[in-house]
Order: sequence, then C-alpha cells, then structure tokens
Amino acid sequence: MLEVTELACLRGDRMLFANVALTVRPGELVRIAGPNGVGKTSLLRLLCGLALPEHGQVCWKGVPLAQGREAFHRDALYLGHAAALNDLLTPQENLRFAAACHGLGVDAGACELALERIGLGPQRELPAKVLSQGQRRRVGLARLYLSENVPLWILDEPFTALDVAAVRDLADWLDRHCARGGMVIMTTHQDVPFATPMRTFDLAESAC
Amino acid sequence: MLSVFLEVLRRDLLLAWRNRADVLVTLAFFTIVACLFPFGVGAEPNLLRTIAPGVLWVAALLATLLSLHRVFSQDHADGVLEQLLLSPEPTVLWVLAKVLAHWLTTAVPLIVAAPALALLFDMTQSATEVLILSLLLGTPILSLLGGVGAALTLGLRGGGMLLALLVLPLFVPILIFGAGAVDAYLAGTGATAHLMLLGGGSLGALALAPWACAAALRIAVE
Repeated sequence: MLEVTELACLRGDRMLFANVALTVRPGELVRIAGPNGVGKTSLLRLLCGLALPEHGQVCWKGVPLAQGREAFHRDALYLGHAAALNDLLTPQENLRFAAACHGLGVDAGACELALERIGLGPQRELPAKVLSQGQRRRVGLARLYLSENVPLWILDEPFTALDVAAVRDLADWLDRHCARGGMVIMTTHQDVPFATPMRTFDLAESAC
Repeated sequence: MLSVFLEVLRRDLLLAWRNRADVLVTLAFFTIVACLFPFGVGAEPNLLRTIAPGVLWVAALLATLLSLHRVFSQDHADGVLEQLLLSPEPTVLWVLAKVLAHWLTTAVPLIVAAPALALLFDMTQSATEVLILSLLLGTPILSLLGGVGAALTLGLRGGGMLLALLVLPLFVPILIFGAGAVDAYLAGTGATAHLMLLGGGSLGALALAPWACAAALRIAVE
C-alpha cells in the first residue's frame, strides 16, 4: 500500500501543490488528472523517489521512502516521459540493461518475448535511432511485460504516441496487473477503456 | 549486487565501441596538443627532454577534460540516468562502473600512445617507463574527480566551460606529482615518493569520489 500524506511540491520558488493526500491499495488503478502545468509529473517523481518533497512524506507498506529506499525501488517501476533508450543500442540491449539494473533477473529469451508481445519482434536487433516515436515508446513499455512481480507501476503518459491497437493491449495489460493485486498510478489525457474501475485524483484541487 | 556494476560497465564499453570516433578524437587531441609544443618552443633536444613530462601530462589532462562531459550527459538526456537512480542497487556501484569505463576508454588509450610521443621528445626509455607508471597511477584520479565535476555540471547551460573551471584547479596537484615523478627520477632522487603520493591519491579518490558523484547526480535529476 502506498500512502501519501500532506505532500507539497516546490518548483523554483513557486509552490505547485500542497496538502496532497492519497492512498493506493492493491488492485487499484489511479489516474492523476489536472490541466497542463499543475504538477502531475512532479507528483509522480515525488512518488517514485526521484525528487524530494518540500513537505509531507510518501510511505510504502508503512515505511517512509527515506528509510526504505532499496525495498521500495525493488517494488516500484517508474516510466517517465523519456523512453530511457540509448540510440546506439538495439531495443533488445536496452531492455536487457533496464531489466538488469532493476534486479529483475531476466534472460535474453524473456526480453525477446516481451518485445514480441509489445509488437517489436522484427525491430529487435535494429539500433534504436531508426525507430519511430511510437516504437521507442513501446521499448520502454516492454518492461511492463517483465515486471509482473513488481507491485507498483508509476506511469507518466504511457499512451502517448501509441496506435489504437497498442493502447487497447496496454490497457488490457494494466487491467490484468490490477487483477493480480498490483497497483497502477498514471497520468493520461486520453480516454482509455479500462475494465478496472478507475479512480481519478484531481490534482487541480490541491494546486496553489 | 555485482551484476549492476558489470552490466553498466559492459554497456558503457559497448557504447564506447559503437561510438569509437569519440575515443579516437580524444586520442588525436592528445597527440596534436603534445606535438604543438616543439613548434612553439623550438626543437632544441635538451629543452624538449626537460619539458616532455610536463607537456605530456598537460596534454593528457586536457584530453581527459575534453571527454568528461560524455560520462553522464547522454544518459541524462535519454532518461537512463533516472532509471539508474531508481535501481534498488547502491548508486555508488554503477557510478564506479561508469567512471571505470571512462578511464578504460580515455586514459588507457592515452597511456598506450604516450611512449610514441615520448620518443618525439627524445625521452630516454627509463624516463618513459616512469612517465607511464605516473600516468597509470595518476589518471584514475582524473577520471574520479572529473566524474564528480561532470555530475555537478550536468544539465547546466555552459556546463562544459564550468566543468573546466571546476576540475582544472583540482588537477594541479596531480600534474605536479605526475610530471614531478619523471623530473625526480632524472635528477637522481628517485620517483618512489611521487608515485606513492599519486597511488595514495587514487585510493583516496576511489574511496570518496563515487559518493560525491552519486549525491551530485541525485541533485541533477531533481
């Protein structure tokens, strides 16, 4: 369970939001909503521990992030705006590297399978620089197919640049993650057909 | 725990291989800077022999400086750095792997090329050996301290210039003891003291710099 209490975020010398309280339980799908610039990405970065809050704290399984960093990072996956790809490496190499750094302990076969499931089978051995925007996005998202045992997924605009079929597949996979007892926190401006009842958290209400 | 170290090292070496032009440019820069001096000061053999250790050390220092921005900048732009910081493994491990990859792909080629340039300056073989030894012991400090500088200036406007201002003063002691080792050897006092100081400096930097680097990277992505 992820618990956020009295969270405040300072950007430069402007307070973006304050008093954010949010609890995410196993099986829940939470969408962070709000207009551009309200601080959705900043909130996600606070949740995954990339940034430090001005005030308040984030607790994972009752332990504040500052004290349980390693355990939390083992349990959480964050996919940001950048696809985290190196242009000179192939999707296969990029994915293997990302998985290895997170201690996922997957072999080359599992990575191949994940890339095939996300629809990049034929492009597996091409350098990432020749991929299209949507294909680059997919390489990043392929990690979701290797992270079934990682309970908390924090996704920043995962549906950007994807085609209709890919959006449907991804929504289905997120549904299945929630059904397994996983948690998904994400931002999106698209209307995506989820089977899981989606809880919307409106950040605009906490904006300063 | 060692796996993240090996993975990052392997990836950075693979990237250096795919991007080998960068390594060659650094090496060419080193060679050209060293070759400029005889044109400037004249080709008097005694003079060249005297200035050779200093010139080669300064050239190695500048060549290292030129390559430092590569340690983290690409990963920072791609978002790979964020993912690495979210790894459950200790940050210092992969920072160390990155610095080691930088040393292997920048300093080692320079050290390999140095004997040829030493010949150009008419250095004796035994003096060249001392020079190589001093480079081997001293260049890890350049990579380690340079890594901290690169992390501190990551994502800043005009970061390259700032990086030079930040790390060049810190490189001064290394230059003094590195070039001084050869001078001391030629003067007959023996280079042991200088080399031991360089080795000690390397160990000290190895113990402290990765932590400073990890802290600076956390600030850089925030």
